[in-house]
Amino acid sequence: MSAPLKTASRGDSVPTGPTVNKGRTGPGDERGEGVVLNVFSHGFLALWALLIVLPLLWLVLSSFKTDAQIGGSAFGWPENWSFDVFSRAWDKGIGDYFVNTVIVLVFSVPLTMLFGSMAAYVLARYPFTGNRLLYYFFVAGAMFPVFLALVPLFFMVKRLDMLNTYQGLILVYVAYSLPFTVFFMHAFFRTLPTAVFEAAILDGASHTRTFFQVMLPMAKPGLISVGIFNTLGQWNQFILPTVLMQPQSGDDPERYVLTQGLIQLQQQQGYASDLPVLFAGVTIAMIPMLVVYLSFQRQVQAGLTSATLK
Amino acid sequence: MRKGQNRFVVGFLLVPVALYLIFVIWPYIQTFGYSLTDWKGQSQTFAFIGLDNYTALFEDDIFLQAIWHNILFLVFIPVITILLALFFAFMLNAGGRGRAGGVSGVAGSGFYKIVYFFPQVLSLAILAVLFGAVYRSDSGGMLNGLLMKLGLVDESAPIEWLNEPNMVLWALILVVVWHGVGFYLVLFSAAMQAIPRDIYEAALIDGAGRAHTFFRITLPLLWDSVQTAWVYLGIAAMDMFILVSTMTAGEYGGGPDHHSEVMATVMMRNFLLYGRSGYACAMGVVMLLLTLIVSVVMLRATRRERVEF
Repeated sequence: MSAPLKTASRGDSVPTGPTVNKGRTGPGDERGEGVVLNVFSHGFLALWALLIVLPLLWLVLSSFKTDAQIGGSAFGWPENWSFDVFSRAWDKGIGDYFVNTVIVLVFSVPLTMLFGSMAAYVLARYPFTGNRLLYYFFVAGAMFPVFLALVPLFFMVKRLDMLNTYQGLILVYVAYSLPFTVFFMHAFFRTLPTAVFEAAILDGASHTRTFFQVMLPMAKPGLISVGIFNTLGQWNQFILPTVLMQPQSGDDPERYVLTQGLIQLQQQQGYASDLPVLFAGVTIAMIPMLVVYLSFQRQVQAGLTSATLK
Repeated sequence: MRKGQNRFVVGFLLVPVALYLIFVIWPYIQTFGYSLTDWKGQSQTFAFIGLDNYTALFEDDIFLQAIWHNILFLVFIPVITILLALFFAFMLNAGGRGRAGGVSGVAGSGFYKIVYFFPQVLSLAILAVLFGAVYRSDSGGMLNGLLMKLGLVDESAPIEWLNEPNMVLWALILVVVWHGVGFYLVLFSAAMQAIPRDIYEAALIDGAGRAHTFFRITLPLLWDSVQTAWVYLGIAAMDMFILVSTMTAGEYGGGPDHHSEVMATVMMRNFLLYGRSGYACAMGVVMLLLTLIVSVVMLRATRRERVEF
């Protein structure tokens, strides 16, 4: 169990190694090494930050240019700062795609949280035969690529007459978000103190009531992390809507979600050549995610890492 | 109290399990069944043809080429991403040496962490549009425009990043790395912060330089997360559908002339365009098997004695 530190067991080379100036780690030496390395590493860090920020800024800037300018030189400055292009992009379909995505997420995220927490709670706190099996059955879903299920999934949704409907996509989103949600909330519910639960039951609360009024509120930090993760994941989902949200007949309305719509718009631009509209569309799609991320960036990073490190 | 409990357990599990069974588990299972049929997809009529789909797969040059591309992704994407992420994570968590011999990140690490992670919250569709513009094959593309400004590329012969058979896979790898480094940086950072400070301080007192500290202390103590990252990136490299299908030429991508084809694009084309559902299912099964093999091999290959602290 208690394996000794690897570094300690063969760490003899660290202090006695020939390259190490043992015995005189004076501040002068440190700084000498430090300056060169610092310049190098700071330069590299800053360079990567630029590589992240510049393409995005460039894209946002490009939506203010005209089509001719975009085709001309990559580094021209936009001549007139008109926000007109954003309303054009909105009217060209981005608005509808945006609304479709919001409609789906307004239902799918809360339902994911509700059903995921319910299953996780029961699995975490009620011993019964088959409990472990059911837990692994849920968690296994996260391991398989969605692709594997696409063909039968399409026909399953078709048989339920839910192709190109909001409710169809909502149910599928919820189902495919369950593995991660159950996995994460399971770990969370296990850590909650048993005493509170017992007190609630002794006071005469039913199991259901205990869950909704005592345990669920206590799990709030976990719920926020999973909620953000599910929101990001479902907002960015592309494969499932591509397969499930295609108009089924001539008079079936288009219910594309944002990611799908952007790709659609991109493919149309190949012919129609109105690139500023496409770039404006991307900017519109990017802003909500940027806002969510910047306001919750601690939870986003902590949630994702704690889920993967377990 | 016991009496109500069973009803409660069943009641709470009913809807989630039903949803999960109908939309996730059952389709997964069905894929295996359908892969043994000549199902076209339009109607429910199909005949059992045994392993014919699988033998056909091994003569499908496009699919075999696609497997090869997935393998290339599998080699390069994890290696580049993990190396960059490790380097950045080390700089941001233990690279700083300024304050009184303590170990900390370099100045501005908080800012860098936020910025680096940002691509992770962008949808792959946004990446596709963004890098479609970056890779444009005229002076309006960001890369070509820059190279022309620097005089490295002739205006009359811009680089066709996504249409050059030798270039297209690298162009795609770059996008994945750009997107992924931030996430793995944060993952490694979390693991690094769990390493007790006094280990670093002891190394400092012993006179270890940065490289020594990294290879002798940080990396061995981080091996679990590196392994996790390796498996995740491996699974991502087996997929690659969105970027290839949206950024490269052809119906569901794969161009030029199948030089960027991956298994998922071949599968989607067979399913949605050619209506060969049974055949597409067989590809799905092959993808699953390969993904499982990759995960197991990667876990085994990177297995080491677990270090505890």
